[in-house]
Amino acid sequence: MKKLISIVLLFSFISFAFAQNATVKGVVKFSGEAPKPRLISMKADRQCDAIHGGKQVQAEDVVVNQNGTLKWVFVYVKEGVKGKYNPPSEPVVLDQQGCWYHPHVFGIMVGQKLEVRNSDPLLHNIHATPKKNKPFNIGQPVKGMKSYHTFDTPEIMVPFKCDVHPWMSAYAGVLDHPFYSVTNDKGEFEIKNLPPGTYTIEAWHERLGTQTQTVTVKAGEVKTIEFTFERKK
Amino acid sequence: MAIHTEHTEVAHKQSFITKYIFSTDHKTIARQYLITGIFWGVVGMILSWLMRLQLAYPNQPMPILEKILGKWAEGGILKPEFYVALITMHGTIMVFFLLTAGLSGTFSNYLIPLQIGARDMAFPVLNMLSYWVFFAASVVMLASFFIQTGPAAVGWTFYPPLSALKNSIPGADLGATLWLISMALFIVSSLLGALNYITTTLNFRTKGMSMGRLPITVWGMFVTAILGLLSFPVLLAGAVMLIFDREFGTSFFVPSGLVLGGQPVPHEGGNPILWQHLFWFLGHPEVYIVAIPAFSLVGEILATNARKPLFAYKVSVGAIIGIGALSMIVWGHHMYVSGMNPVLGEVFVITTLAISFPTAILVFNYLVTIWRGNLRFTPAMLFALGFLGLFIPGALTGAFLATAPVDIQLHDTYFVVAHFHFTMATSAAFGMFAGVYHWFPKMFGRMMNDKLGKLHFWGSFIGVYLIFFPMFFQGIAGVPRRYYAFTEYNFTSQFLGLNKFITIAAFVAGAAQLLFLFNFFWSIFKGKKADKNPWKATTLEWQTDSPPPHGNWGPETPVVYRGPYEYSVPGAEEDYIPQTVPVKVETK
Amino acid sequence: MEEKQSKFHGLLFLFFFVFGMIASVWIVLRNGWWLPELASDRETIDRIFITIFIIAGILFVISELVLSYFIFRYSGQPGKKAFYLPGTTRKEILWSILPGTLVVIILEISAEFLGGASLWGKIHGEIPKDAFLVEITGEQFAWSLRYPGPDGKFGRTDPSLISYDNPLGIDISDEAAKDDIVFPAGQGIMYLPLDHPVVLLIRSKDVIHSPFLPNFRVKQDAVPGMTTRTWFVPKKEGEFELACAELCGLGHYRMKLPVVVKPMEEVKQWLSEQTPAGDIYY
Ligand code: HEM
Ligand SMILES: [Cu+2]
Ligand SMILES: [Cu+2]
Ligand SMILES: [Cu+2]
Repeated sequence: MKKLISIVLLFSFISFAFAQNATVKGVVKFSGEAPKPRLISMKADRQCDAIHGGKQVQAEDVVVNQNGTLKWVFVYVKEGVKGKYNPPSEPVVLDQQGCWYHPHVFGIMVGQKLEVRNSDPLLHNIHATPKKNKPFNIGQPVKGMKSYHTFDTPEIMVPFKCDVHPWMSAYAGVLDHPFYSVTNDKGEFEIKNLPPGTYTIEAWHERLGTQTQTVTVKAGEVKTIEFTFERKK
Repeated sequence: MAIHTEHTEVAHKQSFITKYIFSTDHKTIARQYLITGIFWGVVGMILSWLMRLQLAYPNQPMPILEKILGKWAEGGILKPEFYVALITMHGTIMVFFLLTAGLSGTFSNYLIPLQIGARDMAFPVLNMLSYWVFFAASVVMLASFFIQTGPAAVGWTFYPPLSALKNSIPGADLGATLWLISMALFIVSSLLGALNYITTTLNFRTKGMSMGRLPITVWGMFVTAILGLLSFPVLLAGAVMLIFDREFGTSFFVPSGLVLGGQPVPHEGGNPILWQHLFWFLGHPEVYIVAIPAFSLVGEILATNARKPLFAYKVSVGAIIGIGALSMIVWGHHMYVSGMNPVLGEVFVITTLAISFPTAILVFNYLVTIWRGNLRFTPAMLFALGFLGLFIPGALTGAFLATAPVDIQLHDTYFVVAHFHFTMATSAAFGMFAGVYHWFPKMFGRMMNDKLGKLHFWGSFIGVYLIFFPMFFQGIAGVPRRYYAFTEYNFTSQFLGLNKFITIAAFVAGAAQLLFLFNFFWSIFKGKKADKNPWKATTLEWQTDSPPPHGNWGPETPVVYRGPYEYSVPGAEEDYIPQTVPVKVETK
Repeated sequence: MEEKQSKFHGLLFLFFFVFGMIASVWIVLRNGWWLPELASDRETIDRIFITIFIIAGILFVISELVLSYFIFRYSGQPGKKAFYLPGTTRKEILWSILPGTLVVIILEISAEFLGGASLWGKIHGEIPKDAFLVEITGEQFAWSLRYPGPDGKFGRTDPSLISYDNPLGIDISDEAAKDDIVFPAGQGIMYLPLDHPVVLLIRSKDVIHSPFLPNFRVKQDAVPGMTTRTWFVPKKEGEFELACAELCGLGHYRMKLPVVVKPMEEVKQWLSEQTPAGDIYY
């Protein structure tokens, strides 16, 4: 078994080193006046409130970073990917902690395991309402519970909600390839290991809509692109 | 159940299949109902254990649960969505499959032809069909346990929109569809049965068996059948409408403008309260469809074992008819806080209090029946007495719930859970047990073990009180029913300790049921052979062989000369005079 | 009867009920299992409850003891005959009907003449003019709250306007809506004024729920597609619990809301510190 793994590792390293796959990276900017952060009060659920020491928590639907960029934008290759990609064996983890989802936006591959964890000593339910995949709704009444789920079809985006705490929301981008990224608190994203070719890249934001760009990358190239979202009035 | 004495059989050749499986003989069909009912009783009981485990040990992983239930108890924690499925299936199975089909199906089929001196039902083929449709309903209901989204999980009352929107809870998906299909089949089966019971009772009585000489059991089954015929079609209509709402986008029960889990719901113009009216229009009579047969079996068994005539037979029959009639106009007492027109609420208070009138008469008559009797404690008799002991607190607590303002506080709390488990659930189960112990010798030609039966009784009687009596106080303190755990509120968490106690009692009572199961199946094969009339009873079924031959009687059907309960008639030699004994023989 | 019947069962019945009743009274008193502390003006409910409790309690004790005594006393003996009493004479029939009649009369009296009917009429009749209004909306599995603001009127709502920003679908173009104070589901506590009539307007966004305030003797279903209503007067200061009493899904057992009762001025003060709907993001 160990042997097999090392052979696979070696092989993938070699193919990575020699194929010289490209990278697309950049930032997502926000133009205009940043909206006032929306604050969530958890007063009605005394347990959640206590975890946050009675303080309000800032909603993550529109997060404008200090440097004027946008957080939680899902950037992925919409068109142009050829070939089949197998999902990695390690699961994506969606954690519920402090009556909050971590992370708020994430990507996952078709067939890849999603592990939903409850790190709170209280009930959450994971209510996913996809359109193309099968919806599901799982209750996790106790701390430390884990549930697993896999998606069968690519779908942008699958919403998650906790009905017990209606403010809890998360989004998953389900793709049949690994070329996606989510912007961080500097607004940066990075899609690695792209084979040379021409791609349509889309940036998706839950409140501000989507934007696309077409890029062509050569072997070994690192391409930098930029998206700019405006607040819709 | 392969004991069937052939010698008096009226020239009739049968293969194994026509005799035991697709049989048209009412006695075989009755036994099929009984065995299926017992199967469902076991399932319902196991479900109640799972609920009780959860309530006693919330948040405590029990690895064994994961072994049994798989993903419904990941990490040994029973899921809340599965708890809701448990209450739904437990309620449905117990009310419909055990105490409607199992109870009425068994004893209407078995007793009506035998006690009125008929050779079989009016429509034997229809009768067979009725069982097999019920069997199909059972298969569908059972299948729903094994599907991905789990069995129905919206409460046995199936209130929409929860039951109408497939996304509201996993059990509202395919599980609910199967539930509706199964219930539709079930209703068809009940209607076929009811039609048969009514026609048979009216037209197939033997010579001399006037309506005034019918045993109270036959009266009970007869009134029950009429109730079923009047109320079940309404639920069938409701179920079909709900299926349409779910599958074909109609909106009988779903109003416009709903948003479920953040997603808009594409329905418009329905009214959820309409379902509650349709459901309870059946649902309340259903309580009496369960209770009246139990009551009537108990009456018969009390008289036989007190060696006394049933006190005021005519009044008791009148009371049963009165209960049946009134039960059709009290359904609104389930809906005092539903948002129904409050004026209706006041009307239903009055009709509901009115129904306590015939009920009180019946209980009183039964008590007088054992007064100055010469009581014989067979297991059947103990269960009949236990029935009274359980029904009394059930009926009395009905007075609280009937009073609309008090019901504001008690509605949908554990007070209701305790109330209906006493009035209709466990008391009817006791009635059924009494019936099984009493007629077992006739049905299977063998006796059940007496000692085990008595042990079963005491385990059950004490167990039931310990389980359900404390629940009255949980309800008074405000604990709502259908709660997955009592951990979330101050006024519920005071009962966490009591819940452990109740759960232990539930397992003790459950262990007593194992005694019954063993006794039942063991006695079918190994019990002592039964005489024709082991209880020295007066009614017709005891005057033929045990078990009766195909066609029930020899070449001639019996002739009836007197009423059903001629026990301890002064001057008579024995303390009972069968209905078939001509009056002139009596030494007066 | 061939065999003498054992007295054991009768004794056990008697013992079970006598012991059980004494033990129940003791355990219930010791643990104080009773109605939750009354905090509203609905003391009539308690009065009727207690009356029926006493009547039903007496009937329960009498009938169970009579039953047990009969079982004990009349256990069968060989050669003995039961007392032949078919109950066919007029006098006997009258006897059999009498207790039922009594029961009904007693129940009727306790239900109707202790103010039950008038309380029912009051709850569902006219609401006091200066009442304090709160709208409570259920959804799986939390409660939204809305107060009408200084104008005392709720703005129009329209389900088609429901969105992430506007969870109740308030039509902000309606003048009455601008000063409404809204707490989206799970984000607000209910504040109620002491000694002042409170009207709850009850709605639901998805399935049937039922706000239940055990201390206030209040329960009224929240039915999607309609607004139900109930009113009462909070009589005690402090914090209370609101629970959901109608099965609404997997989180039913935890659909709770803290309710705080304070003097009117403090509630008004608190309300004035909240941001009205018009000033938020609609
Ligand atoms: C020892 C036997 C039994 C035990 C321990 C038991 C226990 C329970 C429990 C724990 C619940 C759920 C309460 C809640 O969460 O609200 C329940 C509900 C119920 N039970 Fe039983 N039960 C028993 C026998 C029966 C029988 C014989 C019937 C026959 C009619 C019955 C009918 C029901 C019904 C109709 C419900 C309500 C279901 C619902 O809320 O949808 N039970 N029972
Ligand atoms: Cu949550
Ligand atoms: Cu609810
Ligand atoms: Cu609920």
